[in-house]
Amino acid sequence: MRTSRLKQGSIAVLAVLALGAAAAGCGSSGTTSDKTGSDKAGKTVVIATHDSWAMSKEVLAEFTKQTGITVKTQQHGDAGELTNKLVLTKDHPLADGVFGIDNTFASRAIDEGVLAKYDADQPASVAKFALPGNDAHYLTPIDYGDVCVNIDDTWFAKKKVAPPKTFADLTDPAYKNLLVTPGATTSSPGLAFLVATIGRNGDGWKDYWKKLVANGVKIDAGWEDAYTVDFTAGGGKGDRPIVVSYSSSPPFTVPKGSDQPTTSALLDTCFRQVEYAGVLKGASNPKGAQEFIDFMLHKDFQAALPENMYVYPVDATVALPADWAKWAPTSPDPVQVSAADITSHRTEWLRDWRDVTSR
Amino acid sequence: MTFRARIGIAALAAVPIAVLVLFFLYPVSGMVGRGLWPDGKFQPGAVLSVLARDRVHRVLWFTVWSAGAATVLSVVLGVPVAFVLHRLRFPGIGLLRSLVVLPFVLPTVVVGVAFRHLIAPSGPLGGLHLDGTAVAIVAALVFFNVSVVVRTVGAFWEGLDPRAEEAAATLGAGPFRVFTTVTLPGLLPGIVSAATVVFLFCSTAFGVVLTMGGLRYANVETEIYLLTTQELDLSGAAALSLLQLVVIVVLLAFSARTRRAPAVARATVRARRPRGRDAGLLLWTGAVVAFLLAPLASLVLASVHGSAGWSLDHYRALETTGQGNALLVPVTTALWTSLRIAVVAAALALVLGCAVAFLVSRRWRTPVGRRLSATFDGAFMLPLGVSAVTLGFGFLITLDHPPLDLRASPMLVPIAQAMVALPLVVRTVAPVLLSIDERQREAAASLGAGPLRVLLAVDLPVAWRALLAATGFAFAVSLGEFGATSFLARDDNPTLPVVIYQLISHPGEVNFAMAMAASVVLAGATAVVMLLVERLRIGSVGAF
Repeated sequence: MRTSRLKQGSIAVLAVLALGAAAAGCGSSGTTSDKTGSDKAGKTVVIATHDSWAMSKEVLAEFTKQTGITVKTQQHGDAGELTNKLVLTKDHPLADGVFGIDNTFASRAIDEGVLAKYDADQPASVAKFALPGNDAHYLTPIDYGDVCVNIDDTWFAKKKVAPPKTFADLTDPAYKNLLVTPGATTSSPGLAFLVATIGRNGDGWKDYWKKLVANGVKIDAGWEDAYTVDFTAGGGKGDRPIVVSYSSSPPFTVPKGSDQPTTSALLDTCFRQVEYAGVLKGASNPKGAQEFIDFMLHKDFQAALPENMYVYPVDATVALPADWAKWAPTSPDPVQVSAADITSHRTEWLRDWRDVTSR
Repeated sequence: MTFRARIGIAALAAVPIAVLVLFFLYPVSGMVGRGLWPDGKFQPGAVLSVLARDRVHRVLWFTVWSAGAATVLSVVLGVPVAFVLHRLRFPGIGLLRSLVVLPFVLPTVVVGVAFRHLIAPSGPLGGLHLDGTAVAIVAALVFFNVSVVVRTVGAFWEGLDPRAEEAAATLGAGPFRVFTTVTLPGLLPGIVSAATVVFLFCSTAFGVVLTMGGLRYANVETEIYLLTTQELDLSGAAALSLLQLVVIVVLLAFSARTRRAPAVARATVRARRPRGRDAGLLLWTGAVVAFLLAPLASLVLASVHGSAGWSLDHYRALETTGQGNALLVPVTTALWTSLRIAVVAAALALVLGCAVAFLVSRRWRTPVGRRLSATFDGAFMLPLGVSAVTLGFGFLITLDHPPLDLRASPMLVPIAQAMVALPLVVRTVAPVLLSIDERQREAAASLGAGPLRVLLAVDLPVAWRALLAATGFAFAVSLGEFGATSFLARDDNPTLPVVIYQLISHPGEVNFAMAMAASVVLAGATAVVMLLVERLRIGSVGAF
């Protein structure tokens, strides 16, 4: 009898503790959860984006000043993970708008009915980045970047080896064990590189990759592994002087006390990634998302893109930073593969690619 | 048991069960359900056919052998260290004990990069040609999990009465015979328990396999990630998630049969000074500690040494948003965010963990009661063995409408981290509660103490250290948590591990060095917490 009364007592105390803490937890969440956007209708807009999102506070404050709307961002992994999360949650959208769906995932987002139509007023130079046909009504181009093979010029100069120039060069035994790339299944520049090789080699791309594997290509999970650990000029002390990165990477390798980068991008090996913004279907603040898309095409935002996200503005009238204008030219002739083609073949390509590259 | 006592127990059990259902079972079944019911029609055939794919067979085989090898190695490396750190005493042993646990609570991104720095062809161990090999993956898995073996087996060793060993020796048994006939049988439940948990951790390892494997190798966890995030092949992901669930239930059932909580060492000090014949074990321990410290040392080195020579500039830069504005907030702000979240997560884990520990440490008189208690115990271990991707995506698709639209709630991350830390709290507190003699409580009550008084006078004096230690451990786990956090929405207030990941993902030598400096700060903060926990001298911390 006594035992059970005792236990009963301690149970009661613990239960009270548990409920008390739970209540305290709920209380603290209640006071700070103003992020859904719905409770302060119109005053907050929630934008789902990828992990590479970065924008200075001043620029975002300018948007709030102009419209009275505060921007909240949610980062959802890379462009693929972002798109697939939006597809899975389309009945109850995560946010009001999205930024960062690129041309490798655009068709999936549109075909799955994730987006609502919105036609923003666009500067003239934006038209060449627009998706073909009806798709253009759903996604507005904001920025672009070229994924290109980068080389460590210093390394090649020191070894007195002529650096590679083209895709074909990369299979040359002279460059055995020198190339490192992020994987196509786990990294968006990795996927872009795969698509570039498919665009350039057509049906022969699997043979091309077999040759790359035979020539000792190293495949890392992420761009950060490839560039910062394995690349000879990426901050770490890697041993591979050829890496898949961006045309905008070289300006970051200007050494202290010099005005010339130690690396360069091979402009014959580029695939152009265009990043789009759109309004989510069923958003609680679609008006706010539309206004933010307009703002992203505004000169202030466009001019801030290179410094913050290492991408080029779609508005050609916006000036690039001085070192970009000098050391980060984009490819005059990037490899072309349509968004629709990528969506219909992606799974097949990635499976084949995994079979060629993994054991 | 009186009716009111039953109601009390039911009420106490209801809180953690509700949390488990809401934040684990519901999201996971939501995600698996999408795979089983594509387009609203039940199609189990699609799921079964996934298991017949060639690639899936390769993935399963790699998962089993890499996790198996890592488990065996962790046990082989860890058991002698457990002896040295838990049965001997020498200056600095407290520091060593907390250093050994450090890898377990560090984020995988950090360790992945630190490891690669060591073994990349240009690194200090480049000559071994380990980079990108399965050996490197297994080594990293061992690095994370040795501490689980050391702590668990160490707790058993502390509770083992040395008089049995002494008696055997007196009767003429040699040291080897004493070990195999007396010591080992006493340790076996601890070894089995540790091995089970290590196998679970290794077979669900994600960041390590991706970073170290360089995509040539895939285990079940990375495959679920690829199928879900890149291919949107939900049937495939569901098949593998279900398989994970089956495996973990079987493993937990198996370990529950052999497992029993270690006897908690009583106040008598049994630790002795090292003798000459311990030299081998001490060397072994030194080698294991060196293996654990090498990647951490390479982090420290990378944070103070760049192309411009030695400097602390990268630590000063932690107040900025990095080269080219790589971050949304400075690292210092992220550190505060992490600390705040860790406080909430540790509090949640402590409250829920105490409720669970209290229930599973009761001496149940009926077989049904015992079985229920064991099931209850196992249920809270489930989150350890299920894909963080499935759970994270499950959160997004199930907790998405009022009154449960928690997707944008700032409580989501602390709740997810509390789910990760919960099993560790239970395993720390339960053995201590179990060690309290029921008769003490009865005596107190018969002297007229009310229930609250009994709790304060009997339970608390014994359990407070364990509660504090469990809180500290949960705090440290939350500080370093990356997996679950990274699959949830990341708002404008990222945690320190997320910020480190962002720094690594941006170009620029400064960003990379800042990532290393921030990792050192994170490791340092974690080490301080673990050192404080170690001072509480609770053997069951970090044990399973």
